[in-house]
Order: sequence, then C-alpha cells, then structure tokens
Amino acid sequence: MNPTPSTPTPSTASSASGKPKLALYWAASCGGCEIAVLAINEKILDVAAAFDIVFWPCVMDGKVRDIERMPDGGIDVCLFNGGIRTSEQEYMAQLLRRKSKVLVAFGSCAHEGCIPGLANLSSREEIFQAVYGNGQSTENPQELRPQVQTHTPEGEILLPYFYDTLRTLDQTVPVDYYLPGCPPEAENIWKAIEAIVSGKLPPRGTVLGPTTTVCDECPRKRSEKKIQQFKRTWQTVPDEETCLLEQGLVCCGIATRAGCGALCPRVNSPCIGCHGPNVDVPDFGARMMTALSSVLDANTPEEIERILTEGIPDPVGVFYRFSLAASLLRRSRLRKKEVGPGGNGGNGANQPTGSPAVEKASAARR
Amino acid sequence: MAEKVGVYVCHCGSNIAGMVDVEDVARWAGENLPDVAVARDYKFMCSSLGQAMIEEDIKKHGLTRVVVAACSPHLHEKTFRRVCENANLNPYLCQMTNIREHCSWVSVDRAKATVKAKAMVAAAVERVKKQQPLEPMSVQVNPATLVVGGGIAGLQATLELADAGYPVYLVERRPSIGGHMAQFDKTFPTLDCSACILTPKMSEVGQHPNVTMFTYSELEEVSGSVGHFKVKIHKKARYVDEAKCTGCGICVEKCPRKVIDDDFESGLGYRKAIYTPFPQAVPRIPVIDTTSCIWFERGKCRACEKLCPTGAVAFDQKDEHIELDVGNIIIATGWELFDCRRLPQYGYGRLANVFTNMEFERMCNAAGPTGGKIVLRDGKTEPKSVAIIHCVGSRDVNTNEHCSAVCCMAALKFGHLVMEKTSAEVYSFYIDMRTNQKSYEEFYQRLLEEGMHFVRGRVAEVTDAARKPEEEGKLIVQVEDTLVGKQRRIPVDMVVLMAALEPQRDAKELGIKCGISCSMAGWYTERHPKLDPVATMTDGVFVAGTCQGPKDIPASVAQGAAAAARVMGMITKGAVMIEPVVASITEELCSGCRICNNLCPYNAIEYDEEKGVSRVITSMCKGCGTCVAACPAGAITGAHFTNDQILSEIRGALWDAHASAAAPAQAQAPAAAQTASGS
Repeated sequence: MNPTPSTPTPSTASSASGKPKLALYWAASCGGCEIAVLAINEKILDVAAAFDIVFWPCVMDGKVRDIERMPDGGIDVCLFNGGIRTSEQEYMAQLLRRKSKVLVAFGSCAHEGCIPGLANLSSREEIFQAVYGNGQSTENPQELRPQVQTHTPEGEILLPYFYDTLRTLDQTVPVDYYLPGCPPEAENIWKAIEAIVSGKLPPRGTVLGPTTTVCDECPRKRSEKKIQQFKRTWQTVPDEETCLLEQGLVCCGIATRAGCGALCPRVNSPCIGCHGPNVDVPDFGARMMTALSSVLDANTPEEIERILTEGIPDPVGVFYRFSLAASLLRRSRLRKKEVGPGGNGGNGANQPTGSPAVEKASAARR
Repeated sequence: MAEKVGVYVCHCGSNIAGMVDVEDVARWAGENLPDVAVARDYKFMCSSLGQAMIEEDIKKHGLTRVVVAACSPHLHEKTFRRVCENANLNPYLCQMTNIREHCSWVSVDRAKATVKAKAMVAAAVERVKKQQPLEPMSVQVNPATLVVGGGIAGLQATLELADAGYPVYLVERRPSIGGHMAQFDKTFPTLDCSACILTPKMSEVGQHPNVTMFTYSELEEVSGSVGHFKVKIHKKARYVDEAKCTGCGICVEKCPRKVIDDDFESGLGYRKAIYTPFPQAVPRIPVIDTTSCIWFERGKCRACEKLCPTGAVAFDQKDEHIELDVGNIIIATGWELFDCRRLPQYGYGRLANVFTNMEFERMCNAAGPTGGKIVLRDGKTEPKSVAIIHCVGSRDVNTNEHCSAVCCMAALKFGHLVMEKTSAEVYSFYIDMRTNQKSYEEFYQRLLEEGMHFVRGRVAEVTDAARKPEEEGKLIVQVEDTLVGKQRRIPVDMVVLMAALEPQRDAKELGIKCGISCSMAGWYTERHPKLDPVATMTDGVFVAGTCQGPKDIPASVAQGAAAAARVMGMITKGAVMIEPVVASITEELCSGCRICNNLCPYNAIEYDEEKGVSRVITSMCKGCGTCVAACPAGAITGAHFTNDQILSEIRGALWDAHASAAAPAQAQAPAAAQTASGS
C-alpha cells in the first residue's frame, strides 16, 4: 500500500555546518508526539549536537517561507507527525516531502490516522455541526462557519480548507519510514534517530519496529483461547498472570506490532493497538475481528450476537481506534451531495502511483 | 518480467453464450487487459479441440498464465490444469472463473451479464498473475481401513475389504456388532428371518483373520488425512478379560441383578447387570453395566467373579485408548429411533398399549421378551384389533421433514405378522403408501388381499376417553379419512407407532472429528447426491448406510459394498496426491498468541512451547483457510490464497470502477486555500 518514494538514499552530512538538517512538523495531531520527542530526556542534546534543527514550529520560531526557499532535498530528515485534514497540512506535507531526503511518518496519526481519523465516520458538515452548531457548549445563533476566504476592509483573510476525510501522510505524499506508536516510545525514537545518523536504514517503506506482535513481548501466560464473554475494563480487575484476552478483555496485543515492550498489558491494562498492524497486514481491524470471532465460544447466532453487543458496544472504536483512516475502507460512505472539494480524500492528482487503481476506485465512490 | 496471460472464454453451447456475449468478452480482454497475450472464445473449451487449442497456445506464444472463463472449477479445474501440465506449465498457474453458474445462469439481462463476465475475467487475470507454481505432495495409502459402526452397512463394508485381503478395524459402540438389524424379527418383503441372514455375517466378521473388532468402543479422535489417518479409539472397560472369557454365560446366569433392557429389548425385556445383549452376540463376551452392578453400587457381591470358571471377570479393568494408523475411514453409524413422547397426542408413555415399532419388532421376535407372542402391555392378553400409525415423527414440519423410507414396508410387515399370529383386525393409518422398490408393491397388494384395513389420513389423536359404550376400555384412534372425507373414531386394543429414523444424536460431533458435514437434519452429506453417493468432501472418508439418510437393508448393504470398493480403489492405487494448497506460518511473524490453536478442524496446528510459536503440520492441513483468516498477526499464509492474490482479484473485479475513477476531473481544493500557510 505504501508508495515507493522516488528520492535517493540519504547522505547524512550535507549542510554548511557539516551537520545534517532535521525538521519536525505537526499536522492533525494532539501534540503528544512532540512531547514524546522530548521524552528521550538529555539525549535531546545529542540530537541537537548531531543535527542542525531547521524547522520545529512547536519548539522554536521558524517561517514556512524559509523552508520554501531551501533547495529541494535540502533537509536530511523530517519527522512528520499528524494526519492530513486541511489544505494547509496537505501543502506542508508536500513542501516538506519536496525539501526532505528522508520523510518519516512519526507516530500513529501520520502512520495510520489515529484518533483524528475516527472523524472519518462523519462528513465535514457533520463535524462542523458538532463543533460550531449544536454542541452542548456552543452558542452560535448566527450559525457562523469558518470561511476559506473572507473579505474585510483591511484585506482578504484566508483559512485552510477543511476536508471531509482525514488522510494519513502516505495517502498524501510518498513516505520513507514509519515510526509507529501513540506516541512512539522514547527508546524507539532514539533508535530511529541513531539509525538515521549512522545511515543503517532498512529498505524504504519500512515500519521501524519488530515484525511480530505485542504477545511476543508480553510476559502473561497464554493458552488455547475460548471466549464466552467480553468484559470492559471497568467491569473487572484482571488476574495479573493470565493472558488478558483469555480473561475476556479485548486486548489488541494479538494483532498489534510489537516494539512497546507490552507496556499496557504489563500494568494490567489491555493493549489498544497504537502501534498498528504487523508487517504486510492491510487492515488492522479486520484482523482483530476475524481473530476474535474465531475464538468465540458460542453455538447459536443469538449467543454470538449477545456476546458481541454486550461486550463490544463500539466496534469501530475498539478495532479501528488508530487505523480507520488507513484501513481498506478508510471512512464511512459519504452521500453524493456531501462530497465537497477534497472530499474524495483530497488531492488525487498528487497521489503517488503505487497501486492507484483501487485507491482511485474507492475514492470515486466516496 | 511481465506475465503472458492467455484468456479462454467458453460458450458452453448456449449455456454461457445464450446470456453473455462471449465473443465480446474475449475481444475486450485481448484489447484492454494488461499482460493478456491471447484471448479466445470457443464453443466447448472442455472438448479435446478446446484443450488442444490452449495447449498449443501455451507452447506457441509462451504463455505463463492461463485463465479459463467457463463453468465451475468443481467440474473442469482438473481438466484445464492437466492441459497446462501437458504443455509444461505448472497447473497452479491456471485460474478458472465461473461465468456459467455465477453469471449466465443467474442473469436475465444480456448486456449486464456481459459486463459482469468481463469483471470476472479481469479479476481472474489480475489474480492469476500473482499465482505461484505449486507442487502436489504424494502420500502412500495405508492399506488398513477403519469402519465405524457394526450395523449391516458397516459389516458389509468390513467383509468386502477383509475378503479382498486388506486389514480392517471395526469399531462398534455397543457390546455386540449387528446393529438394528439384529433386533428385527422378519425382513420385508420376503419375510425371511432377520437373524438368520445377519448372524452368519456377524460370525464371519468375528472370526475373520483380517478383521480387528473393537466393540463397546468409540472413535475418539481423528487426525491426518487421506492415506495416513491416525485414529484414537476409546475402548470402554467391559470388566471382563476378552482373552480369558469363553462366553459360557455362567456369570450372566448367576448375576443377581436384573434390570430393564432399554436398548436391545426396547424396554420390553430384562437383562442382567452383566450381560451379552442377545444370544448370538459377537463377540460373546459380556460387559458389566456399572450403573446397575451391585458391586459398583454398594461394593458388595462380585458373584460373577467368584463363579467364572476361567477367572475372566476383572473388576480392575480400565478404559483403554488405542491409537491406529489407517488409510481410509468408512462411517456407517446408522440411525436412532424418534422419541415418540415428543408427540404427546399419540399417548406413547402415557397409554399403556401404545407401542413403538422397535418394541413391536422385539415382541414379534421368537427370541424376544414375549417369545414372539403379540400381547398387550399386561403380557398375556392378545389384541383383537391393532392400529398402525405411519409417519410418526416423519414428514412433519414440527418434527422431521424427511420420509423415513422404511416404515410403510415395515408397517405392512407388521400387519402381516399380526394377522398371521392372531385373529386381530389390523388398521393402517397412512399419508401415502410408499412401496417403490423391487417386490415392495407386490407385498402391498398381498396385504390388501390379506384383509388389512387402510385408512388414508394423518391421525389426530390416540385417546382412552370413550364417548360411546363400544369405545369403553379401548384406545380410540381419531382420524380424518381423507378418501371419504369424514372424521372417524376407530376403537382398537393396541396401537403401534411407526416412529421415524433420526440421525444419531452425536452425528455432528463425529462428523466434526472426521471432517465431514451433516445436512440440517443431521444426515452426513455425500460428495455428490447422484454421482458420488458414498464419498464425502473429505478425501479418504466415506459414508455408508443410514447415517447418510434413511434407507432399507438392501440399500445399506449396497452402500457398504460401494464404500468398500472405493476404498479398495484407493489402496490399489497405492499413493494419493495431496493438494499443495495448504497454510504455513512464518515463524518470524508469529507471536504465539495461540488464537489459531484450537480452530483447525483437522488438528493440523501445534504449538511449540519452547519457541513460543505455532506451526502447521503440512500433511494434515487441508487448506481450508480458517487459521489464515483468524491470525491477527498476519503470520499465516494460505498458499494459492495469499493477500496479494485476493486483493489483486478484487482490484481486477473493480476494473470498471478504476476506469470511471480515472476519467473525471480530480476534485480540487480552492486555490486560495492551497497557498495559505501556517506558522
């Protein structure tokens, strides 16, 4: 699914100062990834020593026009977090792609859409209605909505266009590497930076992480599975030794790429799947659903129905919490009249040409 | 290197060409689909000329993939794979798409059907390009066969195989082989004695050097696949040493505990706590019923042990689990009787003189509990009138929809026996009289002549509530006589219910063990209802007799023999090829979550504790794909059904969607917004 980027292999020493240039950017995200970068603690100094940080809007002043003026490929590494929801984010993704030798989709939002991607269950209009319309804490009698262009006596004010669909970074521009996690763990960030500094990088398009799932790192005891009831976390205090899934908690560790060291299961909390699917798995939620439905211990359709509706009241939220935007379906269907500019997933003309057929086909249907 | 695909669109006479413009489909595929080197249509692709055409194209054009758009792969996949093989192309690089059953036969609009056929061809072309060459595995066929069920069908199969010189393991759940036929008195329509024709076969099986019998045993587990099954037999403890017992019967005679025999005597007679079900039982080795034995109940007695002349009684005997290797399995587990209490309007269990057909069989049998006398429940009064009610639990949407096939004839037989042994009037209450086998109709005529009364109508009720003086003390059969269009109340002394044949209660369970499926009712499903009646969808597992559906003795015997012949065919062939379409686990991707561990219907997945990964045992895998779908880590791949192949197929099927998606102008965001930049 991941498009193959066309940029050549990076050389890590190119700037005038002799240090490689690093950029960090955020799009539709919560800011947690920025904090995660700082969670490498004092090693951030090593980063500063190793790199010339040219752009990091969260932390330091910088101007887009400065980036625009840089030569293409002038940035060695760009860590890009957040999904693509607005025209501005799309522009920045394209700009940073052009200017960067290595573009890393940093964290779950850039990798597979994450929580902001869950808004793909709604249209732009529905989202606006919730935010500017009938929200409980909203008072907007004039029903004002953000306008892309507003004429005022002082001049014209421009706002980015808000798309119907949140896209992942690689649905927008070609991506070289992915660093999974919500947010990525400090040690994995450090490992990735080290790999980039030393030039020891795997083939492009790789998700940086192990090729197995969280169970591999989970110390709990597992046996053959038969599930008669799904419980929600507030309904039970799980036993600390046994596999959480076997205790009826929907633990996504079975399907989630390892690399976190099974952080959540170790503190008696089920894995929620933030590292995304294992290598070559096209749809995380589908994997989870087929796996769990395979081990339901039920004999009649009614029993199955009961187990599922009682235990999993919000299947999309459970199985696609992080990956809806990157799933095979990407979003709920938009009615025809709802499709606005960019509503098909946006700027199709700039889509990479990895396997465009299905993507365009499905895009046309939205 | 780009693949060179050949596309072959079959007319199937007018079967496909009548609804699909096959010429257009072929032309279109040749012109539009990437990597298609040759595309042709032909009247009958499966004909030798059609096959030769494909073979020649492969050689001439150097085709690397072949797509045949024709009928179901069930019918001709083998044909076209062989064509590829003949032309030195790996047979698994051929893909069939079924534009007959899936398209022409189910369409009414020619234009739409043609578009659909194109989509199906496009899907197959995209898929076939991703297919991998695969090599089938060859497996030696173990000449030993397991026969499950010692009724007449199982016995026939056993004897056929054993007589041909092959070893047979026969497993029977009850203490003796013989099945239901051993309980019958006479067999229709010839009225020969059931035991007289059955017992020679039983003793032949019992003494056959090629037969190993496991009675009082059940099939516990099956693994492996055709040619090399591993089976586990649960041999229940008899508490009698089979090696020492001579079958003298002293233990049975001396046993102080008498219980009602619900099984063989259908509750009409008694047996001891240590017993052989009937005098001609094979083997003649008794079993101790632990639920009624005084020793097991109270820890006292052991009379049988003390009095056994050979010291064969062994109270310390344990259940055994025996593992066997066999090449093929024949399932002949038979039927069980419908419980007439489920139809309370007929009064069985409440009205004393309402009997089931099996009770009546035992009553008629000279070796049975009444010594062959037809008497009421009191054991002495001869009935003056007997009603026989057909279709009890058969042909009824409330119980079983099927016809039990044998009850009409059995009812006629009962009528004859009643009239032969007593002076009673006999009434038959039938819906339709079904006597459609050799000499059956003649037997019906004979009963008409003998004076049996036939009333056409389903009986509403059997009651003892009299309305008139002549009904006092009688059972009244309330029925609408549909031939005269009148309600009738017929008082009788005895009622016999022709209870239905039902599948064994645990048929589904056994089916799952052996990897074969049941119909909704619970009868085993044969591979083809007409052309392959004893094979199943699982290679090496065959079915025979009533476990596949109600049938009479001749049909059961024929199926037993047919199943044996099929097995002999496999043994003579020596080796079978196993489809290479199997699952495999990539260990590096497996986290050992164990989701797949108990899903495999063929027990082909094992868990390696040490490495913490699961593994597929290739020789046992059937390629069903259950584990592939279930694996949350995407670590299991189904050969011939990889993600890549399936997604490519979907992409191909959506060819027209791509076409229309590529055409219209791309949606554009407002120009102004494009340049608005933050920071």
